[in-house]
This record gives sequence, C-alpha cells and structure tokens, in this order.
Amino acid sequence: MALFEARGIQKRFGARVVLENISLAIEAGTVHGIMGPNGAGKTTCFHVLTGHHPPDAGSILFDGNDITGLKPHVIARMGVSRSFQMMNLFDDAVVIENVMLALPAFRAVSGSPLRETFGDRHLVDLALTVLDQVGLAGRAWEKAKDLSYGDRRALEIAVALAAEPRILFLDEPTAGLGAQATQNLIRLIQKLRQHYTICVIEHDMRFLFELADTISVVHWGQVIVEGTPAGLKANKWVARSALGEVA
Amino acid sequence: MITLSDIPARSQMPLTLPMGIFVVVMATAPFWLARVGLYQYLGVEIAIWVLFAMGFNLLFGYTGLHSFGHGAYLGIGAYAFGLFQHHAAISLWGGLFAAIAAASVAGAVVGAFLSHRRGIYYALLTIGFGQVFWFSAMKLHWLTGGEDGLLNIPRPDLVIGPWRFDLNDNAVFYWFVAAITIAAVLLMWRVVNAPVGRVLQAIRQNETRARFVGYDVWRWKWLAFTISAAFAGLAGGLFSMAQQSAYPDVMSLHQSGIIVMMVLVGGGLVSFWGPVLGVVLYFVARDVLGGLTEAWLLWYGLLFVIMVMVRPEGMAGLLHVLLRRTSGQVSTVKPEKA
Repeated sequence: MALFEARGIQKRFGARVVLENISLAIEAGTVHGIMGPNGAGKTTCFHVLTGHHPPDAGSILFDGNDITGLKPHVIARMGVSRSFQMMNLFDDAVVIENVMLALPAFRAVSGSPLRETFGDRHLVDLALTVLDQVGLAGRAWEKAKDLSYGDRRALEIAVALAAEPRILFLDEPTAGLGAQATQNLIRLIQKLRQHYTICVIEHDMRFLFELADTISVVHWGQVIVEGTPAGLKANKWVARSALGEVA
Repeated sequence: MITLSDIPARSQMPLTLPMGIFVVVMATAPFWLARVGLYQYLGVEIAIWVLFAMGFNLLFGYTGLHSFGHGAYLGIGAYAFGLFQHHAAISLWGGLFAAIAAASVAGAVVGAFLSHRRGIYYALLTIGFGQVFWFSAMKLHWLTGGEDGLLNIPRPDLVIGPWRFDLNDNAVFYWFVAAITIAAVLLMWRVVNAPVGRVLQAIRQNETRARFVGYDVWRWKWLAFTISAAFAGLAGGLFSMAQQSAYPDVMSLHQSGIIVMMVLVGGGLVSFWGPVLGVVLYFVARDVLGGLTEAWLLWYGLLFVIMVMVRPEGMAGLLHVLLRRTSGQVSTVKPEKA
C-alpha cells in the first residue's frame, strides 16, 4: 500500500477548473516528482494534498487514513510536511527559532507561559541537529531574513524537517538558485531520501530526473503520464514536448 | 531608515534594566509627581492605561492583529465592576474578578468570529463589534444607565489579613493600582518570552507557515484576543474605581483609537516597553499641552502623523537608535536611496 495516495482529485476556483482528475500514489521511501508546464496545476495540487485548499471531489489517503479536507495543522501533525515555492519563513526570528517552532516537542509545550523559550537544552539540541542536516548549524543565531537566498531555501527545508515528517513535500526547491546552490540542494536531498519519503515539484528537469524514482507529469489539471525517469525519457509524448527536450 | 525588524529581538532576560526602571518609577511616583508639577491622580490614570496598553499590545504588537475597537473591553470591565458593586456585593476582588470575567467572555465570543479573518477584514470586524458594545451601553438604560452611565461606584476597602486600607484615599489607591499593574506587566513579560509568546510572534510573522508546522492558528488568535480583552477588563475595573463611574464614552471609537495611537507612538511594534512610553507621553501631553491650548489633541495628532512617517518604530525605536549612537556603536540606520 502506498504511503500517500490521491484519488480523482478535482479542484475548481469559480468557473476555472484547475485540477480535473489527479491521481497519484507515493510509495514509502521513494522520491516522487511532479513536473509539468507553468499553469498546469502543480502547486494547486500540492495545496490540496497538504490541506491548504479542500478538494471539490476525490480523496486523499495518508498511511491508510483518509485526510481529505482536514485542516493543514492537523495534516502537519500527522507527519505531512512541506516547503513553499514562495519562501515562507519567520523572517524576524533567528534561524534556530524558525526550526524550534516546528519541532513537535516544542509544540507540545507551546501553551506554557512559564518556560524560557531557549531554556530547554534538549529542544535547542534537537533544533541544532536539524540545522546541521541542512548545513546551517553555524548560523543558528542569525536572523532568517539575513541569510542568503540559497541558505533561506535550505532553512525552508529545515523547518519542514523539524516537524518530524513521514513525507516531505517540496515545492520547486531550486527556484531562483544558481548552479552551485542547486548542486548543493541535490546533495542534500540525496541525503534526506535515506530517511524520508519525498514528493517534489520541480521545473529543473535535470534535477528531477537525477533524483526521482517515479515522476507524474501534470498538464491541464490531470496526470497525463506517470513512470520512472527512464520510462518518461522513452515516452513519445514527453519526447515531443518541451519537457522531453529538457530531459 | 531602519525597519521594524532591524530592532534587536526582544530581550529574554528574566530581569532587565527597563523592567527595573519601570518598577522603581511606578513604586516611587507619589514621592516626586507633585515636585515635577504633576499630580497624584495622573499616576493612577497612567498606571491603568499602561495595563490596558500592555494587554492590548499582546494582540496588536505581538500577534499582529489590529483591533480598533478595544475600548469596548475596557468599558465592559468598568460596567461589570460597577454592576457587581450595585447588584451583587460590595467587594473589591469580587468586582475585579467580574470585570475580568465579563471582558474575557465578551472577548472570547467576539474572538471566535474574528479569528477566521486577518488584515483589513479583521480590523473592520473589531470596529463593528466595538460599536455594537458602545451602542448597547448607550441604549440599555436599565442596565448601564445609558448616556449618564453608572454612577456612585464605590471603592471597596482593600483587606489584607488584619490590615484594612481605604482606597478612597488617592495615594493608597495609587499604590493598589500600581501593584496590580506591575504584577500584570511582569506576568505579560513572562508570557511573551515563553513559548506561548514565540508562537504568537510566529503567527504575526507568517500565519501560513505557522499553520503548516502544526499550529491551530485560529485557536491561537482567539486566545490572544481573549487574553488581551481580559487585561482590558481588569484595567476597566480599576478605571471604574478611579472614576467611581462607568460610562459609554470609554467604549467609543475615539477611545479605541487613542490606545492604538499610544501603542504606535510608544513603539509597541518593536518593544515590550513601547506602550509604557506611549501612555506616559499621551498623558503628559494632555496635561502640559492641554494647559497651553485647548487644541492639544491636534498637536498630539500631528505628532502621531510625524512619528508614523519618520519613525514608524516609535519612541522605543528612536531611543534604541540614540542609545546605540551614544554608546559608540555603529548605527543600523541605512542611507536612503536617492
């Protein structure tokens, strides 16, 4: 049974149908890619899968549980974590605070008016461990807004990791990154894939074909092709399309 | 110019210099107020409004939720205290408890409606609900006394063990109000530096991210509004003791606007202590400028406009820059682009 599954997802905004029929299954321990042209509905698909928008039809299953229409914070607590295409950080907070806020252990004591935020060594160590995974442990006490663009991307991923997810959704993690930063990110995700199930939207086809075990191609709000990177490269439709040229 | 986020993170020290200054100034005010040309009752007013402003800033500055109808909860606290004395019992603690409870319940109900919204819609709804409470206070003559308000609200004695203190003595009443304000401010300091305060600030910075790391943002926003209303209610109870009356004017849009101005001018967006500066400036301006011209509020309004345009981080931010300069540190002020 797939760890995460979407069945016949439909989403419309007014008269505009954005997702016509999205079905996909993500096996535990794999990296699943979602690709498609601009406006294909990839990010909306992420928004629906992670609870930002409820679907109009269809169902979403996580570890066999129906999570269709649940609120984002409920889905997040179940172990579904995500990053955003447009960076979403707590910019005025220091780097370590961004991560601490996402730790389930911190959330468990978040209602307490008596604790010191940074007084719990265990929580600080947990946060530093997560930051170490993305190479930001040395910048823990800098403000998030002062980081470089690439480091902010890494912090986005760190915040998602801090939530101790079972599946990680990454929305265009290479957007705006240079070649070197992209290579660093590939190395990071290669490292993360050993511990997490990952679903990633990406425009950079080289990036995606290098990382993904399976890929869904989304166009006109539907999954039009699905398969392994090798299978997609051999697919005639993909080969004829602009997507195929890049691949 | 510096931006709001250029101000260093709010201090997490258990005791700080501003806190020490605050406690010392509050505790010694009766000894020097008259010597600087002011009067005892002004201290009472400042202490009550500091309590109100600090509680308001939990919502406004820390959680980033803009309430423009918060005078309503001050008024509800004031009426609840008066009604308790008139219809239940002459009791200091009972009245103050009633003030906190009534404002908390009203805040909880209103907060339940507001917390689904943010931005301008949130702000407009706070005004709408504030007006509903104000209008109700005006029209429910049998309960509130209408435009005349509730009169002859007593100041019950303060009884601590074998000691009894007459709060009708303004000096004694000041000590009582100051003690409550200091205790409440220390409690708020504790809250904003605890995880609960960090979550509120996280919601201010990025509601969406907070939601996606597992926080029920609606519940937190509701909680912030309710707590803020509770402090407003406590301030309202003290206010009705001070005035020995409760009347609709404190619930008006005008009064709700004044608390926003106090917090912004003081620098509540960047400093825990900003609202204190804003409250002191307002009351001193009222008494000093008010002695010179009837149009003092015009000048205060102009000061507000200038402050928002030139120093949106308020007096606290201005003080921060001045302290950095005098201590020889490099200023964070960046040159304006031509």
